[in-house]
Amino acid sequence: MTASTVSPYRPGQQTGRDGFAQLLRAEWTKFRTVRGWVIGLVVAVLVMLGLGLFGAGGSSSSCQSTSGGPARSDQGCFTAPPVGPGGEAVSDSFYFVRQPLSGNGSITVRVTSLTGLIPSGHGPVLRMRPGLVPWAKAGIIIKASTQPGSAYAAMMITADHGVRMQDNFTGDAAGQPGAVTAADPRWLRLTRSGDTITGYDSADGTHWTQVGTVALAGLPPTVQAGLFAASPAYQAITRSLGGGENGTIAPSQDTAVFDDVSLSGTWPAGRWTGDYIGAAYGSGIGGYRQAGGRFTVIGSGDIAPAVPGQAGGEDLTVTVFLVGTFAGLIAVIVVATMFITAEYRRGLIRTTLTASPRRGRVLAAKAIVIGSAAFVTGLAGAAAAVIFGGQLARGRVYVFPVSWLTELRMVAGTAALVAVAAVLALAVGTIVRRSAAAVAVVIVVIVLPYLLGVVSVLPAGAADWVLRITPAAAFAVQQAIPQYAQVTALYSPGGPGGYFPLAPWAGLAVLCGWTAIAVALALVLLRRRDA
Amino acid sequence: MRLPGWLGLSEALHAEWTKTRTIASTGWLLLAAIALTVAVGAAAAAATGCPSGAVCQVDPAKVSLTGIDLGQAVVAIVAVLAISNEYSTGMIRITLSAMPRRTVVLAAKAAILTGLALAAGTAAVLASVLAGRLILSGHGFTAAHGYELLSLGHGDVLRAAAGSVLYLALIALLSLGVATAVRDSAVAIGIVLGLLYLFPIVANVVGDAQWQRHLEQIGPMTAGLAIQATTGLSSLPIGPWAGLGVLAAWSAAALLAGGLVLGLRDA
Repeated sequence: MTASTVSPYRPGQQTGRDGFAQLLRAEWTKFRTVRGWVIGLVVAVLVMLGLGLFGAGGSSSSCQSTSGGPARSDQGCFTAPPVGPGGEAVSDSFYFVRQPLSGNGSITVRVTSLTGLIPSGHGPVLRMRPGLVPWAKAGIIIKASTQPGSAYAAMMITADHGVRMQDNFTGDAAGQPGAVTAADPRWLRLTRSGDTITGYDSADGTHWTQVGTVALAGLPPTVQAGLFAASPAYQAITRSLGGGENGTIAPSQDTAVFDDVSLSGTWPAGRWTGDYIGAAYGSGIGGYRQAGGRFTVIGSGDIAPAVPGQAGGEDLTVTVFLVGTFAGLIAVIVVATMFITAEYRRGLIRTTLTASPRRGRVLAAKAIVIGSAAFVTGLAGAAAAVIFGGQLARGRVYVFPVSWLTELRMVAGTAALVAVAAVLALAVGTIVRRSAAAVAVVIVVIVLPYLLGVVSVLPAGAADWVLRITPAAAFAVQQAIPQYAQVTALYSPGGPGGYFPLAPWAGLAVLCGWTAIAVALALVLLRRRDA
Repeated sequence: MRLPGWLGLSEALHAEWTKTRTIASTGWLLLAAIALTVAVGAAAAAATGCPSGAVCQVDPAKVSLTGIDLGQAVVAIVAVLAISNEYSTGMIRITLSAMPRRTVVLAAKAAILTGLALAAGTAAVLASVLAGRLILSGHGFTAAHGYELLSLGHGDVLRAAAGSVLYLALIALLSLGVATAVRDSAVAIGIVLGLLYLFPIVANVVGDAQWQRHLEQIGPMTAGLAIQATTGLSSLPIGPWAGLGVLAAWSAAALLAGGLVLGLRDA
């Protein structure tokens, strides 16, 4: 035998064969040829859809059982709140003392007092006592029309939050702090110039500060402008530890006194008209009295975004359609864990690592394959659940409108959540190498904190922390309606709104952080240990 | 030759006990179950406070036993591994050759697991109640504020504690039944944890109160853990013992399915 008959191994010639693409292909082949795993992912999509439809359908029967409630034949048995210029559901009910304003102009008032009545005690007979809810508001407003939900900008005094400039329901800017009294009044001014409305406040009527300026697109030439008063529903929140939180909601009202009303520009009507805007959605309490230059305006209701749960539980958010994520996630976690633990169980890992001795690349290839497969699974399941769940719920129960961008974030975020959870499962599977323990660990760290934090076993403060630091924080990507600082509501994760302590992508980042730690540990152990 | 005892059950029990106790992971997992149950229960108790002047509806027994939510997952792992390890190593063929009466094998496994779960559960629950008693009384939940000290001498607390131990045993049986039916440990633990955790999550989301109540009545975890309630019993979706009965029905159904599959299928 001569040396020429033995061709030496030259790695340089082999680059095409053991490149990363080959590795990916090998892992993909391993994945797709195990029928149980592919079936597992299909099951994940189906349970995400099925439970989503259950969530959508299971909520509608309450609608049919309710009788005597406000009914609209075209929309089933609920009263849909008006929709604001930004597409969100809003409450737009208040007492409005108004005049048409043609073209540019401004209105200036002095507010000398804000008092009110809030419910006292519980029980069927509603008694009132003096007091104000924190966001009781009164001031001046320029509104496109008297139609609820139309564009507006307003300068107002509030009970507990000082002077504010608010516009189009979601905009909220702070002016001078402090409560208004006869000894310490506030001047407010709104100026219209084209589509732009600027708000000013002052403590003495001579030194003015600009609070904010907003552009209201498509404001008509003639707008409605004047004085308003509104007082959101009173909420008493009782926390029952170990049993969740309950809110008692009852209407409240406020009374504001204005004087020194001065107008500039063209006000063709020449006299004031008072009426209640959006009576169908508010309590309808309101009225005004004019004596000389002094106006007393009584109002109730709110000009703010609507939040879920205040219509008595007959509304739901798109989040409900995604409840199947938990079931789909469990199926994906099982498959992703087996993707590595099955190699250990069958001894295939030794073949894999012999064929591709760079272990980090093997883990990377596996993570990419299972992550992509899980992403597609999550995307299909979430998209199907949101689309078909929405169709099932439409007309039977009120679904809070969200923009398509929000819906896209929820669906893509859910897919990302499932994908990252799959990588976490792969990493934990690599670390512990045993299926049962790995699957249990991953399910427990993702689902159990959600259960403890959201399904109200823990008190509110602890639940908040659990949903901040555990992988369950990632479910924040499924929050449909944001938390509004200018609306008092029960912003709990277990409530109808499903509010999370972290912003959507920040919550997902927490899961990514845990996954990164697990992957790093898996890499170290995979390199260090014998297979 | 010595004749075996009644259907060979005592021999089967002896064999299963030897198999179970000589696997190192069994002991560690049971210790972990106890430690995690107590730790989560203590953490929940430590997080529970009542602002002075506020009316708090706290169920001290339930708060102290929160750890069962986590401990049951570890007990489920032990139970799943008891059978699926045999399938993954091929041991099941030796077991069934030595003891061809498959029902007896399953019964022996169930008996051993029940014993282990009861032992670990008793330790975990006693420690949880003790921790809850110490921590909650330090947080103002004392007789002066209208809360009785957590004590096993109190009938409802004793029921909650004993019921939680039984709950863990039933979870072990449920897991054994599921694992016998599906054989693969990853799939089995996924199904068990899905059955336990999904019911309360879905029930929480479903808006309709009727549906919610039904889901909580049939869910193995939601119904079974009704045994832990010592306050507000009238507002529970299902009575404490009836709830444990629902879980027992789930466990029986799982064991029946597992037993049938074990009897009909080749190992």
